[in-house]
Amino acid sequence: MSALITSSRISGAEIVKELAFFAVIALLMSVMILGVETVDRPTGLELAVRWDLVVTAIISTIIGRLALILRREHISRVGQALLITAAAVAVFEMFVRFRDMDDRWASPVFLDMAFGSATSVIVAVAFVTIVFAIAYFSMKKPGAEEEESGSRLSSKIQLAYRTNTKKIGALGIVFFIIFPFLFGENRSAIDLATLVMIYIMLGWGLNIVVGLAGLLDLGYVAFYAVGAYSYALLSQHFDLSFWLCLPLAGIFAASFGIVLGFPVLRLRGDYLAIVTLGFGEIIRVVLINWYDLTRGPDGISSIARPSFFGFAEFDRRLPEGVMGFNELFGLDYSTMHRLIFLYYLILVLALVTAFVTVRLRKLPIGRAWEALREDEIACRSLGINPTNTKLSAFAIGAMFGGFAGAFFATRQGFISPESFTFLESAVILAIVVLGGMGSQIGVVLAAIVMIGFPEMFRELAEYRMLIFGAGMVAIMLWRPRGLLSFRDPTILLNMSKKEKVAGEVK
Amino acid sequence: MSMLKIEGVHTFYGNIEALKGIDMEVNEGEIVTLIGANGAGKTTLLMTCCGSPQASKGRILFEGQDISRLPTHEICRLGIQQSPEGRRIFPRMSVYENLQMGASTQDPKYFEEDLEMVFDLFPRLKERINQRAGTMSGGEQQMLAIGRALMGRPRLLLLDEPSLGIAPLVVKQIFETIKKINREKKVTVFLVEQNAFHALKLAHRGYVMVNGNITLSGTGAELLANPEVRAAYLEGGH
Repeated sequence: MSALITSSRISGAEIVKELAFFAVIALLMSVMILGVETVDRPTGLELAVRWDLVVTAIISTIIGRLALILRREHISRVGQALLITAAAVAVFEMFVRFRDMDDRWASPVFLDMAFGSATSVIVAVAFVTIVFAIAYFSMKKPGAEEEESGSRLSSKIQLAYRTNTKKIGALGIVFFIIFPFLFGENRSAIDLATLVMIYIMLGWGLNIVVGLAGLLDLGYVAFYAVGAYSYALLSQHFDLSFWLCLPLAGIFAASFGIVLGFPVLRLRGDYLAIVTLGFGEIIRVVLINWYDLTRGPDGISSIARPSFFGFAEFDRRLPEGVMGFNELFGLDYSTMHRLIFLYYLILVLALVTAFVTVRLRKLPIGRAWEALREDEIACRSLGINPTNTKLSAFAIGAMFGGFAGAFFATRQGFISPESFTFLESAVILAIVVLGGMGSQIGVVLAAIVMIGFPEMFRELAEYRMLIFGAGMVAIMLWRPRGLLSFRDPTILLNMSKKEKVAGEVK
Repeated sequence: MSMLKIEGVHTFYGNIEALKGIDMEVNEGEIVTLIGANGAGKTTLLMTCCGSPQASKGRILFEGQDISRLPTHEICRLGIQQSPEGRRIFPRMSVYENLQMGASTQDPKYFEEDLEMVFDLFPRLKERINQRAGTMSGGEQQMLAIGRALMGRPRLLLLDEPSLGIAPLVVKQIFETIKKINREKKVTVFLVEQNAFHALKLAHRGYVMVNGNITLSGTGAELLANPEVRAAYLEGGH
């Protein structure tokens, strides 16, 4: 190590000075924030000093700083990665101790994990590996100048993706179609896939408003709610079937989109976001308080399930003269039939959304949306009516939200205002932004990351949120504009896509 | 016959009177230029013709029709297209898509023909057809802004400082093309410029604007020879 240090521009004494400086800062801050806590004793409140927290804080600071020095001075790629990993483990240790442990002499949590049950070992190893890999690949090789292996790899992936978008899309569709055959007996897998698919559809719907038209909508969940309640109320009060209510729900949601869109069209950016956020809350508050219509916080239960296009039902016990799905196809009765049917239903709805979006992008209206996102004044001076253009984006986006809402209501069988909080809007928006504004496949990836992963790793309890947070930070560091963030022209002349992309990605 | 007639137009930004009663006209087939210093109100006048902001007093007649109360997008549909200040092309869209946007109010049957016409005027755009507009040079972006305006089949073309931030050689090229557009495509041009020398040489007639008022007018040659204009815009510190 000393040989490495002397070979660089920075001297050993300077390093020690820097480390000492940050150790003192860490000491000052950690004593205040972590080191002292009040303990409830029979004699009253007492101050207890948590030296273990202070020590871990200082150790993690020193190690982390040393790693940063190695990175900054391009000294050792492996060394800095190891140190960063160590610092991350120390921070993790500190975090867990601070949250869950009263005993300051408890043995290190991470060691317990690393030698504990199979799951915890996997988590520990995964944690260390991920941090190490991130630290290792994010640093340039000591000798390397411009050509960086990481960015070359990512541009290769980007090139491969952009030249094969259609193939990747088709593969994805095939995968989702055969998914029930792979996991047909696994109820939770189908449930999870259906959930992810709902969010994919919502993401694609919001993508029209946010990604294409560039209107930041924080209240998208309002349209989802309108769709869900339209179906629930229509089916309960007028006994209408799902297949009739589905388009009606879409129409209702679209008209709400227009109603919202009309007054807020003058607003842009942040201001629009605030108003749409307000609109989302208004819908929710109305749903809670208009008890006569919506039964308020009690919600609406036993919402009718969809039939098999009106030909057959999925229930076990059927009234006289009604055909069961299993009879129609000569199968044994299984509760999975309905679940798989619902899965395919949302798959078709989502694919319709995607198909319509892709088609619209190539039509004048879609191009006008994108142009409006780029420059509204220029649009106006080209004779485009910005009011109508924005309204159409709002309405079409809202319509797909409404379809998804109707599906949600029929799948759950129960809805209440609690399902339509601001958090839902935020998650849907996060899916669009994370996926890369305007990218269809990006939305799928982001929905899997945002919805699928946290559900899949539910056993990991609170650690999953830690990992989730780290993942978010990583994405925002390396792909600040979303996972798949580039816009391909809707049409290319005299040039294949491959040539075009190759010219652009360097 | 006067194509665009501006009668006593006042425009306000809040309480600030940016245009203090402008009278001018642009006749069919002409190139008319408006020169003036920074902040004189040139761009405001051009934008007022497009209805953004709207004139608070006075009338603007386009082919005899009062357009001063129409919304911007309807004015543009009448046959007025502009290449706005700072070009305002759509940076993330390709050159081709930008041109498509320009033609969005037109019958698609003219599209191919107009596209050929634009590529004929600006061969550079044809080379860059699939490129993202935002990655082009300033001069190319200006060509695109003019080309995009031409795709809307204008009878009156409003150009706001096409020389802004562009290399002198390219400026010359663009001004020659403007002349060609005027002469061969029979498009009337209203040109707002700071580059007084080039603009007055090109224009049939010119107006000089100072602090929201028109102070001088005359043919391009007259203004070029005028001692006041020379002192203020041609010989003074550029």
